Amino acid sequence: MELYKRTLTDLLKMLDEKRVKLKDIHESLSYRIKSVDPKIKAFVNQNKDIDIENLTEENFKDTYLKGLPIAVKDNMSTDNIKTTCSSKMLENYSPPYNATVIEKIKKAGGIITGKTNMDEFAMGSSTENSAFFPTVNPWGENRVPGGSSGGSAAAVAAGMAPVALGSDTGGSIRQPASFCGVVGLKPTYGAVSRYGLVAFASSLDQIGPLARNVDDIALMMNVITGSDKNDSTCVNREYPDYTKYLKNDVKDFKIGIPNQYFEMDFDSEVRSSVMAAVDKLEAAGAEVQRVDITGAEYALAAYYIIATAEASSNLARYDGVRYGLRAKNANNLSEMFTETRQQGFGEEVKRRIMLGTYVLSSGYYDDFYLKAQKVRTLIKNDFDKLFKDFDLILSPTTPTTAFKLGEKRDPLDMYAADIFTVPVNIAGIPAISIPCGFDKNGLPIGLQLMGPHFKEEKLIQAAYSLEKILNLNIEYPKLK
Amino acid sequence: MDKNYETIIGLEVHVQLDTNSKIFCSCSTEFGSKPNTNTCPVCLGLPGTLPVLNKKAVDYLVMTGLALNCEIASYSKFDRKNYFYPDLPKAYQISQFDLPVAKDGFIEVETEDGTHKIGITRIHLEEDAGKLIHEGSIDKSSGSLVDYNRTGVPLAEIVSEPDMRTPEQAREYLNFLKKTLEYLGVSDCNMEEGSLRCDANISLRPRGQEEFGTKVELKNMNSFKAIEKGLAYEQKRQRKMIDNNEEIVQETRTWDENKNKTISMRGKEEANDYRYFPEPDLVPLEIDENWIEEIKDKLPELPSVRKKRFIKEYEIPEYDAEVLTDTRQLADLFEECVEKFNNPKEVSNWIMGEFLRLANEEKMEANETKISGELLGKMLQMLDDGVISSKIAKTVFEEMFYTGKDPEDIVEEKGLKQISDQDKLESLVEEILDDNPEAIEDIKNGKDKAIGYLVGQVMKETKGKANPQMVNELFRKKISEK
Repeated sequence: MELYKRTLTDLLKMLDEKRVKLKDIHESLSYRIKSVDPKIKAFVNQNKDIDIENLTEENFKDTYLKGLPIAVKDNMSTDNIKTTCSSKMLENYSPPYNATVIEKIKKAGGIITGKTNMDEFAMGSSTENSAFFPTVNPWGENRVPGGSSGGSAAAVAAGMAPVALGSDTGGSIRQPASFCGVVGLKPTYGAVSRYGLVAFASSLDQIGPLARNVDDIALMMNVITGSDKNDSTCVNREYPDYTKYLKNDVKDFKIGIPNQYFEMDFDSEVRSSVMAAVDKLEAAGAEVQRVDITGAEYALAAYYIIATAEASSNLARYDGVRYGLRAKNANNLSEMFTETRQQGFGEEVKRRIMLGTYVLSSGYYDDFYLKAQKVRTLIKNDFDKLFKDFDLILSPTTPTTAFKLGEKRDPLDMYAADIFTVPVNIAGIPAISIPCGFDKNGLPIGLQLMGPHFKEEKLIQAAYSLEKILNLNIEYPKLK
Repeated sequence: MDKNYETIIGLEVHVQLDTNSKIFCSCSTEFGSKPNTNTCPVCLGLPGTLPVLNKKAVDYLVMTGLALNCEIASYSKFDRKNYFYPDLPKAYQISQFDLPVAKDGFIEVETEDGTHKIGITRIHLEEDAGKLIHEGSIDKSSGSLVDYNRTGVPLAEIVSEPDMRTPEQAREYLNFLKKTLEYLGVSDCNMEEGSLRCDANISLRPRGQEEFGTKVELKNMNSFKAIEKGLAYEQKRQRKMIDNNEEIVQETRTWDENKNKTISMRGKEEANDYRYFPEPDLVPLEIDENWIEEIKDKLPELPSVRKKRFIKEYEIPEYDAEVLTDTRQLADLFEECVEKFNNPKEVSNWIMGEFLRLANEEKMEANETKISGELLGKMLQMLDDGVISSKIAKTVFEEMFYTGKDPEDIVEEKGLKQISDQDKLESLVEEILDDNPEAIEDIKNGKDKAIGYLVGQVMKETKGKANPQMVNELFRKKISEK
């Protein structure tokens, strides 16, 4: 098997047993990127500082990741690679500091190979909102990879990186993972530091891993979780060794299937594939029960109010004064502000800034923002209540498989793609998307497991079990 | 006092809290550093950075709240105040909107017409913005430069109730505030360096009417005097307008020192919608009883309490106590000195006299001089023991003030010791008497004043070192013998 096809777990083992040279791993991946990325376009910028020829195992002795490569979404600050957020606004922006997750990866002996494409400022569900170019789904050349972490999902699916980091505000890790047939975990809000993650919606954003199997997800979780003195919302607690939960055992699991999700109108192949997985879980000894979940119908509306409100404030700093794009030939300050923002932001970003500004405006605040916060509390309480009786909640990750590039022109259509993923961010709980089959077009289908706050280990154990029960071997798209 | 109209004044004061580092990052708050050197990714608002609250700033705010008789909220939170301006790197200021750390306090100020209780609506914590700098002047400069050193310096915003009725009350309110904050050591309240800034709201209403009149906001005033003058001017301007049936416009004005009047800055229609919402990057601020108790224990004695204690404990006049407690440093100096030399009134005289004369001349605060209570006490003891004369004491004091040297060393080095040697003084007295026979006659004829002249001659001869009391006695003795 070519080295680029190996998982992180495999590669670590091979390095341990001295069956492979670190240099050869990097060469294989670098070659893979050169041969397929011109078509997939998963990367925005490569790390030019890697000297493959001189990479030795010795340099990474006693480290957790042993010098292995990791791709990172281009909204995490890196001090040696530009951090563009796939926006013209930051096309040439080089942060003077590293995000906490980047520091953690470096400390653990990981090497950031490049920054992956995304919807501009993480706003979108197809990576078509990248100001530079859309990324192509490795499973279908006319299909979107999902978004906003589309570049990370596509890179992992196409074998350009064994694992990648993405960020998830309303489904931005899980939805592309589902579309690209990989595993993606959105951790509990507060489990991973957001310091250095360019903010979209601060109370919802969370960094998480994408990988080709659950083992690698557990490995990456061990690296990136933990409190951070630079992020007051990051929770100081004991984080377990997640690899200890790589057990094929669901016998003690009580899993809830939310009626309100399955009553929705969504793709029948997705439905049957997910339900088949549920049957197998039950057969493996899990207790499966239908549950009612309230507030689901308001989740999307509340999400688009809270997320845009926070975004309108978070993105106000791009004014051309200190860094990033500055419009030329402005006659005065106000013109410099407006022209810079007019030229620097794309359609979708502008749309959300305007929405967010509107919902926070005096006279509208109570009707929108405040009401959305109440819905948020309601949804959160509802999940908390459910998790008193259930270990996990199961649903499809997305209503459909990967749609066609350019297919969704109405923003509301696009927003609806997040219907199953958004409530998780609103409640701040963790959730994982794992592949559970393919549709008739050969496109991957994803299944989502949601768990209680800080119970990622339950997700990992159930997802690992599902991998075994469904007998899922890692599959690779056939790239021409 | 105006018979027809009542003036309503409310003040909003911003004070920089004197913490070592900024409110949300570890950058220094030092004033006067090279532009943009006290900055980091966090206070520059670079993408991805997050604020982390400086606990010291909360301590200082709670201290302020307690000193101004406020209720301290066990639960408060931060909010974002959104607006675009080049000196605001995140395009929002982290502030507190509906749940401030402290609220519902009051202070009492004295003016000529009595004691006035002025309510404190709220005190909240927020971050300062940067500063725009223009080469030459603002209208001639080809562009603006921004210095972000001040960005993120902690501020306490102290909002009063509209309880002041005269510009004098406003001035006294500010004096009280300044004194209290300095005592607490939470701010140096230096208006020139911008560590204390004050905005005032002023309106008039016919006496007996409950509803407030249209208010005008006064901003950008750089001294307490300017605030008082601006308010007095506004009072007159608004009264005249009402008398002439002119409508007062709600607007922002400022005091123009050169024109000696207030001028309009902007109207109400330009008011911003700040779109406040809870800051998602910070967790709510919970201040429990233990934390408050800890701060209460550290709270220094406040000026009004200290003044009362001085009067009672040291039996000095109220005026002295008022002057001595004007700053914490001065009051500390006094008490340190009294501990060394237990004659409070004498100590008070020296501090209010010589010390303040020199300090004012040099524009120094009590803690900036080289003198300490211990040194002053030692000197006063030497004076009391007759080691030095009161005249010499002034010379020694001046030397101590500038050098911080021990008074004994000064006296030794300069040979200033008082001459109390009976024989030496007697021969000097004889000499002077021989030279001034007419003075003896005068004294014998009852012109007692002439003694002073004679003593003066001896002092002159000894460059002030002769013990004047002994000399005086010697003269009397010698003359009576003649």
